[in-house]
Parts: sequence; structure tokens; C-alpha cells
Amino acid sequence: MLFTSYEFIRFVILLVALYYVLPKKAKWPLLLLGSYVFYYYAGSKYLFYILGVTVITYVAGLLISRNKARADARFSEMKQLEKSGEGSAEEVGKEARKRYKEGQKKTRRRIMAIGITLALLILAVVKYTNFTIYNINGILSAFHVPKRIDFLTIALPTGISFYTFQAVSYVIDVYRDRHEAQKNFFKYALFVSFFPQLVQGPISRYGDLSKELFTPHVFSGRVVRRGLERVIWGYFKKMVIADRILPAVNALIETPENYKGAFVFCVMMFYALELYADFTGGIDITIGIAEMLGIPVKENFERPFFSKNIAEYWRRWHITMGTWFTDYIFYPISVSGPMLKLSKWSRKHLPERMGKRVPVYLASFVVWFTTGIWHGASWNFIVWGLGNFVVIMISQELEPLYAKFHKKVNTDGSTVYKSFQIGRTILLMSALRLFDCYRDVPLTFKMFGTMFTTWNWKALGNGTLLHLGLGRADYVILGLGTILLFAVSMAGRSGSVRDKLEKKLPMPLRWGLFTVLLLVIVVFGAYGLGYDASQFIYNQF
Amino acid sequence: MAEEKDSTIENVAVTDAAGESAKGTSTKSGRGKTIRNVALVLALLVLSGCLFYLADLLLRPKYMGEVTEGALTAEYYKAYGDHDVLFVGDCEVYENFSTVQLWREFGLNSFIRGGAQQLVWQSYYLLEDALRYETPDVVVFNVLSLMYNEPQNEAYNRMALDGMRWSRTKWNAIKASMCEDENMIEYIFPILRYHSRWNELTSEDFKYWFKKDIISFNGYYLRTEIMPAGEMPPPRALGDPNFGDKAMEYLDKMVALCKEKGIHLVLIKSPSLYPHWYDEWDENMEKYAEEHGILYINMLEIAESEIGIDYSLDTYDAGLHMNVTGAEKCSSYLGKILVEKYGLSGHKDDAKMAEYWAEVEERYDAAKAGKTE
Repeated sequence: MLFTSYEFIRFVILLVALYYVLPKKAKWPLLLLGSYVFYYYAGSKYLFYILGVTVITYVAGLLISRNKARADARFSEMKQLEKSGEGSAEEVGKEARKRYKEGQKKTRRRIMAIGITLALLILAVVKYTNFTIYNINGILSAFHVPKRIDFLTIALPTGISFYTFQAVSYVIDVYRDRHEAQKNFFKYALFVSFFPQLVQGPISRYGDLSKELFTPHVFSGRVVRRGLERVIWGYFKKMVIADRILPAVNALIETPENYKGAFVFCVMMFYALELYADFTGGIDITIGIAEMLGIPVKENFERPFFSKNIAEYWRRWHITMGTWFTDYIFYPISVSGPMLKLSKWSRKHLPERMGKRVPVYLASFVVWFTTGIWHGASWNFIVWGLGNFVVIMISQELEPLYAKFHKKVNTDGSTVYKSFQIGRTILLMSALRLFDCYRDVPLTFKMFGTMFTTWNWKALGNGTLLHLGLGRADYVILGLGTILLFAVSMAGRSGSVRDKLEKKLPMPLRWGLFTVLLLVIVVFGAYGLGYDASQFIYNQF
Repeated sequence: MAEEKDSTIENVAVTDAAGESAKGTSTKSGRGKTIRNVALVLALLVLSGCLFYLADLLLRPKYMGEVTEGALTAEYYKAYGDHDVLFVGDCEVYENFSTVQLWREFGLNSFIRGGAQQLVWQSYYLLEDALRYETPDVVVFNVLSLMYNEPQNEAYNRMALDGMRWSRTKWNAIKASMCEDENMIEYIFPILRYHSRWNELTSEDFKYWFKKDIISFNGYYLRTEIMPAGEMPPPRALGDPNFGDKAMEYLDKMVALCKEKGIHLVLIKSPSLYPHWYDEWDENMEKYAEEHGILYINMLEIAESEIGIDYSLDTYDAGLHMNVTGAEKCSSYLGKILVEKYGLSGHKDDAKMAEYWAEVEERYDAAKAGKTE
């Protein structure tokens, strides 16, 4: 059930209506049922995977929580016994209590490790088995071994990367004592499967989502209306911009030999626009639907294309994924025993600046490698991830140089310099995204290189762009749509655009505005017969 | 307990019209405000609906230019009086029978509810739809479409069904007709289907935005060109000589419906040379008609000998369809049988009907002479 299908829209209308009609006690079970119905339509066989991940992480969370409760009780008991003098110092003394506490923590860590390993194993098997086979075959071929391993027929369950990460974060947070484990299996199952965010995030944390998810919300016209406004805006981005530009992107990358040089630049720009409109549009729909149900979901974007550098860009793009990698990979690696040892060693043996940075870069390297491979089981994504790492590392290493430059040239508050920085970020990110587009890494480098070796910028004006599945009128719609997108982003710099509209525009005018926007989607949206139903790009990750 | 508490979101001040209903309305002024707001929301809903409807009307194909068949279905509702004869079927009825000839020669008020590649179930539902308004004496069904047992083509579906007035019959017709990639919602809101015409709009779309011309002559699609019939492609070997289950199911339903309403059903095979009408199909039809006590006429067999069709003059597309002279000959032949067999007396003495037909005849003669309006 694609977000852009009639079935999905019918499903949401029915679910929202039922949610507000049903008695309080039936609300969250309805959401669970709805989420599983939604997932069933994504593929009935996939239910097995989500159930598997849910059961594993639920049990792990519960065991950790029970162990903690038992350990705390025993710890208090030991303290009491020592106080009352009923136990020996060897059995209940400070040292014994410390040993006991550490032992129990180790047990919980073991449970956590088993839980997240099993959950990640499911993800690894379905997502990376064939990639592993591909690489083994590559190695066999390199050593002229004639034997090849056959690829397995494994379909990637929709949203598995998202819900697995969400479930893993739950287990870790229970271990870290950030919140209690959820004892009700079905409530936990709802947290993992909550349908609006199931297929492309945001990756929510249990502590952020659970309270509102299980709270029975009563109908409020304002809440539903605001959610609907967000949904409409999301559909505008997805259907009017992302899906309209899609044929041109596909045409340009399907026969790369025909579209070199300036056309690669077009791929960069078109794909950046498509991906942004597609992903942020999908997230707007997700957040809007959740909002219609009274459930606030974390924001995932903060106008990323206004970032002045790539590190900032990644703090503003797919925020919940970025914070997930920071909290559950970067920090644990940074404070792990081996890393602390390395840190100590490098500070002692390397120059001061380098010594401080080596452990950070090593942890960053792991994070970006994981980010890359999380996006897709291919070298393209790995190189893309590492490309981000390299750019961030270089820009950090060049910081002293930048500082010297800024000492000489005052750029404080300069709009021109800020625009330069934003433009540079857009170009860098768009160039890196070429790895998403072309079929393999060498081809991507080759095509990128043609931008500097094939000087065919004039070809952009000779009508070739009109043979990519888009006519003049389509480009006009795209241009106007992008201007609107930009204008809304600009307006959003100083706060929520919906809040501003609510304050400044009387209700009939606001209504008119969104009616026109809806009409624009209905008329100019790329959907229905004659268009290929396009799923959201992030669904496949 | 969390379940017992109201959410933080729902506690947000409800300030606008849509949200007012959640607030207490115990006081008179509160109630008055709520009523005002509800009225405002309703008014805005109506206005928004009108906006969408206007866009919908603009974007729908008008079928007033080169392809006009899509306009035929809706023209039925504008026709005058109850009909003596109602034709249902595909292009072999709406191009091969002249309703004007039936009026001129026999005084019969007839209408053709035919469409391009109109499938049996579409003919059935168009008949059922017509019976909501009238009960003709005779229904003539052209059997060629029995060769199709599955939905065929979205464009033809739309041409046959878009013009129908909404009723349970239309709903059923759509359900029976939809191809795999079609969706009911796009029939309910045609703008969802035709939205992509925004960059194909022509002056025709604006001209016929709200009102269309009548392009047929009581469902008859007049053609004046002449293209002699040539050699037809050899027929492909026939596998199963029986018609499909779904096709026969709807023919059975048509027979039952006509019996229930006391209507004489006549099955015909129009004298078009292509697609090939197999002998086995003909035998099946004869047997079926005999079993059900229905008249079946294979006009193809007797086209030249009894009807007087000259395939070098009476077809406009090399034998696939009749031109106006061929259609008039077919109508004369069939009309005579209907009058004689079912005692249809005609309405020449009905002044109002004569007036209606005079107008149709005037247009018809002009079109026949090549002077379309």
C-alpha cells in the first residue's frame, strides 16, 4: 500500500475516523490492528520479520528490566542485611554489593547483546546475504576460481531497516535505564509497527513516542486540520515535484553513455531535488497522519539545503537517523575500552592535534561506513557513506586554514559568503548523491569526471532535455513547484509556517489556500494511469 | 494512568471553525458561534467542491472533435419520448443502423445505445439503465461483442461508461468493466483520471466546458465516405467455438431482463465483414435463440442477397462498417421485420415526436450532404 495510492488514502480516512469514534480503550489496539493491516498489504510474508524483531526485542527488554528490578531489590536487601548485621561482610558488604551489581550489569549487557544481535541478524540476512555472495564471487573471480555461489531469492521486507533500528534503540535504552521496558507485548508491537513511520521513518525512540501513542486522544478539529495541512504539503512535494522529475532522472541515468558532461550536472541537480521532495514529502505525510491522530512524531528535517557545511547538513537531514548513529554507534565506540586505549596511545605517540583526532575519526569512519551500508547493500552506498566521511574529515583538517582566511577576509554576516557556503554544500551533497544514481562505483567516478572533460553545456539548450519524458509544461510546473518549496523553506526559518498561517490568515483564506494546493496536487500531480506508481525512495533502504 | 489522561495535543486551544466543535457549547453565545462556524465550514466545503467540479468538467475529454464516440452514451438522456426500438451493442450497431431511416420509413422512434467496442456487460447495463426511464417494445442486440469475455480497454470503457448517469446500474457496469489498472474512484471523480490533460487542453475544452453539441442522430453515428471493401485478412483458427462464461452470463441476464419487462429481444449479427464471424459462432447463436425463443438474424449472410448491400459503395472503411447508404439499407431491412413481426405501428401522427424528428432529419440531411454544422 503506497502512500500515494487510493487504497492508502481510504485506509487513513477510515482509520482516523474509527480512532475518534471508538471508545478510549480501543484506540491504541485499533492503531496496532491498522499498522499490521498496513504492513500485511506491503507483503503478507513480511509480517514474519516484523513479528520476529518485535518478539526478540520485547523479550530482551523485559529480561533486562526484570533483571534490573531483581538486582535493585537484592542490592537493597544486601544493604539492609549489612545494616542489621544479619549478613557477613563477605556476603553483603560494600565489596560484595559492588561485585553483585557489576555481575548483574554484565548479565543485562549480555541479554542486550543477544537481543540486538538477533534482531540485527534478521536485517543482515535479508539485506546483506546477496551482497556478501556478490563480494565472495568477486574474490573467487579475482583468484580465477571458476566456482560461483548462487544468489538467494530474498525479498527485502518493507521498512525493515527502520523498524529494526527503532527496536534496537528500545533495547539499548532499557539497558541504559532511560525508560522502563513495556510489559504489554501488544503495546510494544504498536511502537515497532506504528504504520505512518513504518516504511521510511522517522526512527522514533520509545521514550519520545510511547506516551502519546498509547494515550487515547479525543477529537479536536484543529489537531486533525493541522495534520491534514501537513499531509497535503507532503503530497505536493511527492506528487507534483518528486514524481514529476523522476522520468527525467531515470532517462539520464539509464543510458549514461548518452548523457555525459553537463547532463551529469543535471542528474546531480534533478536527483537532489527529487530526493529532497520525495523524502521530506514522505516524512510530512508521516508526521501529518500521526498528528491527525494526536500523536506528535519527531521532525526529521530542518531545511538541510540551507546548511553551510556538510556536518551541519547531516545535523539537519534525516535527523533521527543521524542521532541514532551518534547515540548508538559513535558514542559507544568512542567510550569503549579499546578506543580509550587507542586514544591514550595516540595522544602519547602522535602530534597533539592528530593524537586527539585519530579516535574521533576512527569512530566517525565506522559510523559513515554503517550509514552507507544501512542505506543499501552495495558498494555505491558504502563509497557514498565514506565520501561523506572524507569530506567532513577534510573540512575539519582545513579548519586552521579557514581560520587564517577569515582573519584576513571579514565574512561575518556576509550574505554573499553565506550563499557561497550554501551553494558549496548543495553541490557537494548532490555530487556525492551521484552514487545513488549510477549502477556502480567506477561508472559514478567516470560520469562525475565527464563534467570536467566533456564540455557540452550548450547541449542543455538544444532541446535534449525535452526528450527525457518531460515537456516544456512539465518543466514549468517543476520550476514553479521548486520556487514554492524554496519560499516555504525561507518562511520556515523563523518558525512553523503553519503557525504563521494560522495567526495571520483568517480561516476562510487558509482553507482557500489549502484547497488550491490540493487542487494543484490533483491536477498537476504525477499519478494514475499513464504514470508508473513510484514508491518513496527511502522505502527501499 | 496514561489512558485516563487527555493528551497534550488535544488540550491545545481550539480557535478555528473546524476545531470549535470540541469546545464546550453550553452557553447560548457558544452554541451560536458553533452553528455559525459549522455553517462556514459547510459553505467552504461547497465552494471547494464547486472549484473541483469546474476543474473536473474542464479536464474531461469532450469528444467533440475527431473522436466523438465518447459523447454517445450521454446523448440518450437528451432524446425525446419513449422508444419503440432500442439498439444495444458495439460499433456494428451505432454505425450500421440509421435511426432516421427507421423514423422516415416506419415512423419508429428508436435509439442506439452503442459504443466503440462496447462489451456485452456494458450493453446489458446500458439497457438496464434505459429501462429506468422507459420500456421499449423491441431491444436489438448485436452479438459480435460475445467474442470478448474480459475487460479489454480502458479508453473504450471510459467512452461507454463516463456518460452514464449515476445509479447502482452504473456502479455495477463499472465494476464489471474495469481493467486491472483501473480504479472505481477515478470513475466517481473523473478528474483523478483526466488530470493529466492539463497540458493538452485546447479551445475545444473551453468551448464545450459546460455544454456539448449533439453529434449523433439518436445514437446513430453518420458517415458519408465510401471505401470499397477489399480482401479481409484470413480468419485465425478458432480454438474453443463457445463464447466465454462471462459473456454468456450477461446475454442470459439480458434475455431474462427483457422477458421480465415484456420486451422482444432480437439478436442480430450486423453485416460488417470484419472481425470474422465464424460459422461455429453462428450455429451457437442459432441454437441459443431457438432455445430461448428469440429471433436471431445473421444479416451478414444476407447482406447482398436480401438487404442489398453493395460492399463497393455502402461501407466507409473497406467493409468494417457501413456508411450512411449502407446503414439506411440495413435499417429498412430490419425495420420491416420488426414492424411485421412485432406489430410496431409507428408515431408519424404524434405531432410532438414529428417535430422532434424533423429537427433530427434536418441535421441528418445536412450531414449526409456533407454540410455539417
